[in-house]
Amino acid sequence: MTNELDIFVGNTTLIDEDVYRLWLDGYSVNDAVALRVRSGILEQTGATAAVLQSDTMDHYRTFHMLERLLHAPPKLLHQLIFQIPPSRQALLIERYYAFDEAFVREVLGKKLSKGTKKDLDDISTKTGITLKSCRRQFDNFKRVFKVVEEMRGSLVDNIQQHFLLSDRLARDYAAIVFFANNRFETGKKKLQYLSFGDFAFCAELMIQNWTLGAVGEAPTDPDSQVDDMDVDLDKEFLQDLKELKVLVADKDLLDLHKSLVCTALRGKLGVFSEMEANFKNLSRGLVNVAAKLTHNKDVRDLFVDLVEKFVEPCRSDHWPLNDVRLFLNQYSASVHSLDGFRHQGLWDRYMGTLRGCLLRLYHD
Amino acid sequence: MPGKLKVKIVAGRHLPVMDRASDLTDAFVEVKFGNTTFKTDVYLKSLNPQWNSEWFKFEVDDEDLQDEPLQITVLDHDTYSANDAIGKVYIDIDPLLYSEAATVISGWFPIYDTIHGIRGEINVVVKVDLFNDLNRFRQSSCGVKFFCTTSIPKCYRAVIIHGFVEELVVNEDPEYQWIDRIRTPRASNEARQRLISLMSGELQRKIGLKVLEMRGNAVVGYLQCFDLEGESGLVVRAIGTACTLDKLSSPAAFLPACNSPSKDMKESPLVHPPSHGCRSTHNSPIHTATGSRLTQNFSVSVPTLIYTGMGSGSAGKEGGPFKALLRQQTQSALEQREFPFFTLTAFPPGFLVHVGGVVSARSVKLLDRIHNPAFVGIMGNTRSYKLLDWNSFNSDEPETRDAWWAEIRQEIKSHAKALGCHAVVGYSESTSICEEVCILSASGTAAVLNPRFLQDGTVESCLEQRLEENLPAGCGFCHIPYDELNMPFPAHLTYCYNCRKQKVPDVLFTTIDLPIDATVIGKGCLIQARLCRLKKKAQAEANATAISNLLPFMEYEVHTQLMNKLKLKGMNALFGLRIQITVGENMLMGLASATGVYLAALPTPGGIQIAGKTPNDGSYEQHVSHMQKKINDTIAKNKELYEINPPEISEEIIGSPIPEPRQRSRLLRSQSESSDEVTELDLSHGKKDAFVLEIDDTDAMEDVHSLLTDVPPPSGFYSCNTEIMPGINNWTSEIQMFTSVRVIRLSSLNLTNQALNKNFNDLCENLLKSLYFKLRSMIPCCLCHVNFTVSLPEDELIQVTVTAVAITFDKNQALQTTKTQVEKSLQRASTDNEELLQFPLELCSDSLPSHPFPPAKEHLESASSNSGIPAAQRATSVDYSSFADRCSSWIELIKLKAQTIRRGSIKTTVTVEKASPMSEGNFRNRSAPPCANSTVGVVKMTPLSFIPGAKITKYLGIINMFFIRETTSLREEGGVSGFLHAFVAEVFAMVRAHVAALGGNAVVSYIMKQCVFMENPNKNQAQCLINVSGDAVVFVRESELEVVSSQPPTANCQSSCPGGDVTT
Repeated sequence: MTNELDIFVGNTTLIDEDVYRLWLDGYSVNDAVALRVRSGILEQTGATAAVLQSDTMDHYRTFHMLERLLHAPPKLLHQLIFQIPPSRQALLIERYYAFDEAFVREVLGKKLSKGTKKDLDDISTKTGITLKSCRRQFDNFKRVFKVVEEMRGSLVDNIQQHFLLSDRLARDYAAIVFFANNRFETGKKKLQYLSFGDFAFCAELMIQNWTLGAVGEAPTDPDSQVDDMDVDLDKEFLQDLKELKVLVADKDLLDLHKSLVCTALRGKLGVFSEMEANFKNLSRGLVNVAAKLTHNKDVRDLFVDLVEKFVEPCRSDHWPLNDVRLFLNQYSASVHSLDGFRHQGLWDRYMGTLRGCLLRLYHD
Repeated sequence: MPGKLKVKIVAGRHLPVMDRASDLTDAFVEVKFGNTTFKTDVYLKSLNPQWNSEWFKFEVDDEDLQDEPLQITVLDHDTYSANDAIGKVYIDIDPLLYSEAATVISGWFPIYDTIHGIRGEINVVVKVDLFNDLNRFRQSSCGVKFFCTTSIPKCYRAVIIHGFVEELVVNEDPEYQWIDRIRTPRASNEARQRLISLMSGELQRKIGLKVLEMRGNAVVGYLQCFDLEGESGLVVRAIGTACTLDKLSSPAAFLPACNSPSKDMKESPLVHPPSHGCRSTHNSPIHTATGSRLTQNFSVSVPTLIYTGMGSGSAGKEGGPFKALLRQQTQSALEQREFPFFTLTAFPPGFLVHVGGVVSARSVKLLDRIHNPAFVGIMGNTRSYKLLDWNSFNSDEPETRDAWWAEIRQEIKSHAKALGCHAVVGYSESTSICEEVCILSASGTAAVLNPRFLQDGTVESCLEQRLEENLPAGCGFCHIPYDELNMPFPAHLTYCYNCRKQKVPDVLFTTIDLPIDATVIGKGCLIQARLCRLKKKAQAEANATAISNLLPFMEYEVHTQLMNKLKLKGMNALFGLRIQITVGENMLMGLASATGVYLAALPTPGGIQIAGKTPNDGSYEQHVSHMQKKINDTIAKNKELYEINPPEISEEIIGSPIPEPRQRSRLLRSQSESSDEVTELDLSHGKKDAFVLEIDDTDAMEDVHSLLTDVPPPSGFYSCNTEIMPGINNWTSEIQMFTSVRVIRLSSLNLTNQALNKNFNDLCENLLKSLYFKLRSMIPCCLCHVNFTVSLPEDELIQVTVTAVAITFDKNQALQTTKTQVEKSLQRASTDNEELLQFPLELCSDSLPSHPFPPAKEHLESASSNSGIPAAQRATSVDYSSFADRCSSWIELIKLKAQTIRRGSIKTTVTVEKASPMSEGNFRNRSAPPCANSTVGVVKMTPLSFIPGAKITKYLGIINMFFIRETTSLREEGGVSGFLHAFVAEVFAMVRAHVAALGGNAVVSYIMKQCVFMENPNKNQAQCLINVSGDAVVFVRESELEVVSSQPPTANCQSSCPGGDVTT
């Protein structure tokens, strides 16, 4: 006796959260059944393995049918085939677009292309995430990217509108899209200690301050704003950053800057002497990073440079985080007292964001 | 020209990509009604076209309005080749034809294609302007309301219940036409869908005409079925109960009418504000037949049953002679009707007096192939247009089928008479077809209906009279209707355990729902008897003979199984009994489902005894006693599980309820012994004997084993196949209707009856287990209206389809957990962007569990009545004279069987604890939380006639839909399961969309009447036909009602008062 056909269809579509998770994690029906058996569900409910198998199959079929709709979440809300309470719809969408930390670290900043997709095998082996799940996550990134890449307006808002994600998840996706678009390098060994959260934090600051949308001049002249607003860095701003070079190129200015900072921080820093000794190197590093951002290649290496030029030197001298904060605050603020320096606005736009990023990046 | 149909095509959305090059579609729409077609403009390059068409107007006869469906076809325009069809929508405009139902159909309909399934949606608005037709000889029956619900619909009251209406139409099945060989599967499927839609329309119109002839205005319990007879054609038949219904107006209008609420509370449905009456299944206010109605009724040729809803308890109390007199009166009135049948399963108070037992009849028929010269001629001449006019050469077909059914009905009628009953209630008909053999079945419950409906006198006086009577609550219908000295079959009678005045049988089987006022002890449960019998493959007459020969044995065994299982559960009555016999190529399957209960009025069932074949063999004896112990344990466990603890019983029984093994030697099943028993029945002989099972061969052993294999549902679950679960009355509003289909393949090697039985049993049990597992999140809950359908699509395939609804009921704990869940999800949702998602709002309305409240139990005063063991079931076969003998011998068998059922102990007065109406009412009011409005677009579906926690405010019309789905890429669609899963989901979606377009938010009395699945995995093909029906309604949550309405608190109270009748 074999079951040729076995289905269960409810007027309200039944969604089992546990099975959904297993499905999202890319387990086959048999693996999922085995995992469910291990969870002790049989003992709890008194069901048999056959019942579990049939139940799992049913759910998998439902999810498979829902997947097409999940690719365009607004469709899920308007479709008539599955009657699903709104809370459940939200859960389905949110979970479908959720991603693994380990996975996102692997592809963050990479081009979401076929080439990368081919590497998913390796990523799967490396992270222990099933290939199926990797594909889903990758395809999600790509799908969101494709939809919002050409869109104007707030990146987070666009993502929320088209994918109905929660605010938190939409922000994460904004970071992923932003990184993918600017191809920031995140995979280098010295960047391995950074989490997705660190990058997402930086991305948010950069989107807020360094993109075209950040300037807020769009509404006055919409035609001129052919470029994307949130996804691309403000080219003009990057060009202008060259002007900051004077801070390290002009010897007097550099000395003045150093003395201002040292005066202000004397007695307040545990690592004062190290700071004093390293000031010029650090300042050169930070300003040079800014000056180089005109080249795409250097934009990509932004995080590598920041870690190399600032995080690592400080860390090797065992600066406490609080000292880093005090230093960066004083370092940015002191520039306002440099009479010969005329790019105060530009400096604030640059350093304001960078300070936030550096503080976030500065940890073990 | 009595009608103008107006259609507007607004927009489409989610259309499929029809042009690969542009990834877009150039869609336009054809609107067709009858022979007229309109087209919209082509909306270029869009998957979401906005046609916003003008109003397309069709000027048509109302006859056509009833018969024809509106056909909407969405196409992709193609400049160079033929336009591609995207899909179709069929809209039944019948609901627009009667004034009280929907006035407009407007909404999004799924665009359906028989090959691809749902492909996008289309927004359509449909209106009808009807002109009055003064033509006396009209062929249309616009205005007659149809209800699938098998009780008087809420918000209506029955003025007159006229009785049985039936009709059938026959046609050639397009699938079997010669043209099918050259046309595409899509064209063939669409021809079939359209034809069936047309035939249903025609059938409904014809039934409507009959109703008008009887001066009724509605059909209740309308059941329409298709018989796919293959080459011999397609039969669409329907039965129903003609009624004259009055719409209940607002509660305010009724309140002043009731003179003294305290008195009326229990008696008069009139005083119940409909808002609360609607909650319970069986509330159907009655009386106030107007004078003019009466005269009209007496003038028509078909006698009608006018019933004024008076109490009938007197019949029993007033003793034998009077009872006979009353019966005579009623009989004479009913005799004039051809068939005094009622498809209702629940009745207005006072309607049902006595229940006699189940009556059923079966008949095996050979379907003739059509050898019609006209048909052949047309084929030769290829004048294909003529083929569309099926009726021209099928005209004599309906008569044949009519005659077949008439024969069966006649038989049912005579069975009922034999039981001393003049009417049959809970009546239904079904067929099972395999190749050219067809089994026609009909069954119902023989009953005595209230005789006083024939007495004239004003409603007022009837009402008064009724109020004065002190009715025995909840036992009247159990009292035997037949003369105890002249019983139709031997049965064990005792005095009613409730009123102690009338005789009752020891077991009662019925096809109706449990009367709402019946006194039940404990909870009920689903009881199934399952049986398979192998049959040799044979042709034509030989095949029919073989089947006819098997039928009585199957019925007998099914009956035995039911009886055993009932006793094992410690219960004494079955309700909603449905015995389905399915015929296949090489086997017959029998599946009986019913809900077992313990009726307080009937005696305690005896235990089950096992008698060994060779009592001297020690080991054997041990084995037998082991089995006996297991059975006794099971009975005890079941009694605990279902909370069956009849009061006072324990005091009555002295010693063991089951005689000692030594004493019980084998009981001879002899006629003489039994007849003695019956006559000497006496209150003083309160000794209870047991039901004896003899293990004298392996078959019997199997039986015993199978008894014990049925696993009770996990804790927190109950199941029944009736509308409501006896013993549970605190339903919450969460419901989940579902359909589950399973097909198993039998290994063809050495199939034996035992192996078959085991397979079938496992299939059903596993299916139930799966359901319990799937719905575990709803615990505590009850599966109601569990409806199993068995079919044998191929030699080695068994298909079981189950439709049921899971309803949660209140346990405080359960309520709290759901609430916290909701709160959690609320919190989470509120972090989302509210503007975009609008989750929080919809969420609270949708998933917030509504407060617990007891469904207002209607009392219905039935009179004293007696009833017997269901018997008088028999099978007939045409033209096989030998069969008649077998049949009668089988009846003997049943009689013999009856002897082994001994009477139980007597003299028990069951006092029913009645819940305080006041406290109950208060509880309900107090616990009503302010609830947000229903989510837009949610359509509930339920096989029940009510929605827990809600009041049905309007019936929008009948939903009757037929779909075919076919695929030639079975593997790609996920195999048979993937294919059918998607199709069933699509059918639900289309039903919901139609209901929503009518302005409704639920389907009640939903039923999947057919699910025919065929596969050909080798060709990667499969096909499925599904037929569903139900009543589209508008409901309002009670919690909302209470907030909105300004009803006086007394009104709330009144409605919930009668709830206390059931002991828990």
